[in-house]
This record gives sequence, C-alpha cells and structure tokens, in this order.
Amino acid sequence: MSDQKKLAIIATKGTLDWAYPPFILGSTAAALGYDVEIFFTFYGLQCLKKNLKLQVTSLGNPGMPMPMPMPVLLQALPGMQAMMTTMMKAKMKSKGVASVEELRELCQEAEVRFIACQMTVDLFDMNPNDFIDGVEFGGAAMFFEFAGEADITLYI
Amino acid sequence: MANFDQELDASGLNCPLPILRAKKAITSLSAGQVLRIVATDPGSVKDFEAFCKQTGNELLESGEEGGKFVFSIKKS
Repeated sequence: MSDQKKLAIIATKGTLDWAYPPFILGSTAAALGYDVEIFFTFYGLQCLKKNLKLQVTSLGNPGMPMPMPMPVLLQALPGMQAMMTTMMKAKMKSKGVASVEELRELCQEAEVRFIACQMTVDLFDMNPNDFIDGVEFGGAAMFFEFAGEADITLYI
Repeated sequence: MANFDQELDASGLNCPLPILRAKKAITSLSAGQVLRIVATDPGSVKDFEAFCKQTGNELLESGEEGGKFVFSIKKS
C-alpha cells in the first residue's frame, strides 16, 4: 500500500512522563492506519527495557504540578524521586491513563517498529537481552530510510 | 436508537485507550456491522469524529446518555 501514511518518531527521553508521547502517538497513528516507526536513542532506550524503571522528577521542571508548594532543596532529598513516581503512577491509574507497558504492548500488537540506536547501546554498554522482544537495532541511516518517506516526523 | 452488533465499554479509560480498544473491536467485525461504544473521556467526542474521518468508517451516532458518551460506528 503505497498510499499508506507514515509516521516517524525519534524518542530521546527516559523518564516516566516523557515515555508517554512516543507510545501514545505511535499506537494511535497505527490505529488510524499509519505505518509507524520509532527510533529510540540515548535515554529513550530506557523505554525499551523489559523491566521498566522509569521515574519522574520535579527537579529542573518548574511546570510539574505539585500537591503542595515545596522548596527545590527539599525536592532533592533522597527518596523524593521515588515518592513522586509512586504518586504520579497512582494518579494516572485513578484517571484511567494506561501504563507505559500497556501502550508499548499495544504499539507492538499494531506492528509499530521499534529501532534501538546501536551506537547508544554500545556507548552505555547496554545488554541487548535487557530489551523487549521485537526490537531492531540500527543507526541514523536506517532511520532516514523510513523518515525520508514519512508524512510526519517528530523528535521527542 | 440504532441497532448494533457489538458493544464496547470504554468507561473510565482515558486517551488514547478508547480509540485503541475501538479499533481492535472494529477489526473483528465484518463490513457493515456496527460497534457501539460507551465512554466517559470527554476528549473521546472529538477523537471518535477524527478517527472515523481518517479510517473511513461511518460515525452513525455521537451523543450523551446518562452522563456518558455513546458512539455508534459502522465498519466500512
């Protein structure tokens, strides 16, 4: 099908909040009939781990809504990041927002292609066995092979 | 009230889950059959409109019933 629309995404971030946009947009585009490819590079590779340990932090992020005002130095205390992650996950669950794992599975069911940046894998000595099944490994040229034909390309 | 062949309860689910579940349900239908969806996400009103426009399936009904949003989609 040559008239099928294509969406290419570069996912560069490895926090819980920023793991959402690539998987939400990828799965939705696939549901709309798009051919989708997501290229995960640098910290974005955390989103492909079998065992996701994604966290959120309010540090350096004054836009994050807080249940109560809190000085930045307090936010930096040990355990605060884990607490905020737990609170964020509970909030998402209560609002019916899917988990990252669920959206990732829905992407895979819809045949969204996941490409892991080989250079980053080597750079950080990551173990390819830590990634979920179905991940392909490639470089910038492989991304452009798809993105060059894409109708939409997003850098997240 | 239109007849339907299958019903999907997407109550309590938030974007993009109602669309993704609906897409899956529509895939299992044959052409001409109707899927009825019940949702609570206010964003789903515009989303189902956009979904149908882009996938070519027909949005037969989009309304509110007992505080929930109800849609009927006919598979093309």
